[in-house]
Amino acid sequence: MTQQFYVSPEQLMKDRADFARKGIARGRSVVVISCRDGIALVAENPSPSLHKIGEIYDKIAFAAVGKYNEFESLRQAGVRYADVRGYSYDREDVTARGLASVYAQSLGAVFTAEQKPFEVELAVAEVAPIQEADHLYRLTFDGSIADEHGFIVMGGQADKVSEAVAAGWQGELDFAGAIRLALAGLVADKETTTLPASALEVAVLDRGSETSRGTRRAFRRLEDADIVALLAEEK
Amino acid sequence: MQETTANRVAADATSSFTEHLQRERPDLMPFGQVPFNQLPATAAHPASPLQAPHGTTIVAMTYAGGVLMAGDRRATMGNVIASRHIEKVFPADQYSVLGIAGTAGIALDITRLFQVELEHYEKIEGTLLSLDGKANRLGAMVRGNLPMAMQGLAVVPLFAGFDRPAGFGRLFSYDVTGGRYEEQEHHAVGSGSMFARGALKKLWRPGLSEQDAVAVAVEALYDAADDDSATGGPDPVRQLWPVVYVVGRTGALRVPDRDLAAVAGRVIESRTVAAREA
Repeated sequence: MTQQFYVSPEQLMKDRADFARKGIARGRSVVVISCRDGIALVAENPSPSLHKIGEIYDKIAFAAVGKYNEFESLRQAGVRYADVRGYSYDREDVTARGLASVYAQSLGAVFTAEQKPFEVELAVAEVAPIQEADHLYRLTFDGSIADEHGFIVMGGQADKVSEAVAAGWQGELDFAGAIRLALAGLVADKETTTLPASALEVAVLDRGSETSRGTRRAFRRLEDADIVALLAEEK
Repeated sequence: MQETTANRVAADATSSFTEHLQRERPDLMPFGQVPFNQLPATAAHPASPLQAPHGTTIVAMTYAGGVLMAGDRRATMGNVIASRHIEKVFPADQYSVLGIAGTAGIALDITRLFQVELEHYEKIEGTLLSLDGKANRLGAMVRGNLPMAMQGLAVVPLFAGFDRPAGFGRLFSYDVTGGRYEEQEHHAVGSGSMFARGALKKLWRPGLSEQDAVAVAVEALYDAADDDSATGGPDPVRQLWPVVYVVGRTGALRVPDRDLAAVAGRVIESRTVAAREA
């Protein structure tokens, strides 16, 4: 009979965390920026159909980096959670805080109990009528949850990208400005100075979707043409 | 079948909110909570049928740019008016609307479930369900309510939407067993539907403009209210007008009350001027 080697809990957790961090750093970055017009979510993603950014509910969006199958299952679980909650209570009772805490619990449970931790990092964003009330939550593979202010950068060379975004962030940005800033961040770790629209996935949460588009669903995915048009606007 | 992880994952993967609810939270479903054989037999007590508000007349028609649906504002409970303000036409999603006749409580819940069903599919799949797909899902929900319908709590919806690939508007009616029938030109459901349908036959023309279609719908509901006590006519005292939605290429839009007030005013005026019995 084989004897199992003793591994201290500290070592076990550290190994798992290192494993997850490595997986997340391999991918490309995602930037979420809260600005005057709402919240802009920008990802470097050459696929037009395998999304890293998704709609969860009326005012709530989701962005993720890491392994696609893992964050996609979390996204679907989030949509189900939000829809069941909104159906059984009321639409306004679905909040990013509730969703983020469910995500934190499931990520935490997977991190300690499963064979391997999820190699993902998530952002849950909720747009509010005024910018000060916007919520940005960052969730990491071990179930830690952080309430961020202004912007979130995840995945890839997050430190470099984050530095570039932090240097240009201000609350007064409009969507064009926020997307330009996110782009400047995304190219921070590359030789090129720009990315084509086809290599980007961009979505926004409109602050005033009721008045501007007549719908309470604030999430809007921008097509390549929309991105080009937005970026071409006067600075 | 062998219970492998892959099988389980595939079986759990559903884009349908209704399926998810049935599996995880069956208590939240608007129908199917009580097994059919355990329902109380109201036939044994014919003197006391369950009193619940009923919604009445819905009309729908195609016009040059799409489809239109309109409903009156009355709900009745036996001989009593249960509500003068009820709304019975709802946007199902961006490109479709549904109107409901029958037991109001169940119908409103089915409407809510149907709206979430379509939005849920859109969010999970990243694309809209086809118009036929939506019509079939609604049929399945009406079928799910069949046990209640046999107890006298029937729900009969009317569904209309813009078929974007085909480029025109389409209408679907249902029976209580969930049967789905595509209707041509125009249709009406509910207690006042036979009068509304008579009016539509005379007033509807191919290629109506949007304004004309709104006028035809309001007049058809006026005629239904004239002969059916369960259908409410336009109410200038309380400023209550029918609920009218038009669905075109750009999506579903509710016709504003002030337009409806003007249209209803013209109908009442022309009838007053004519000063005839009907």
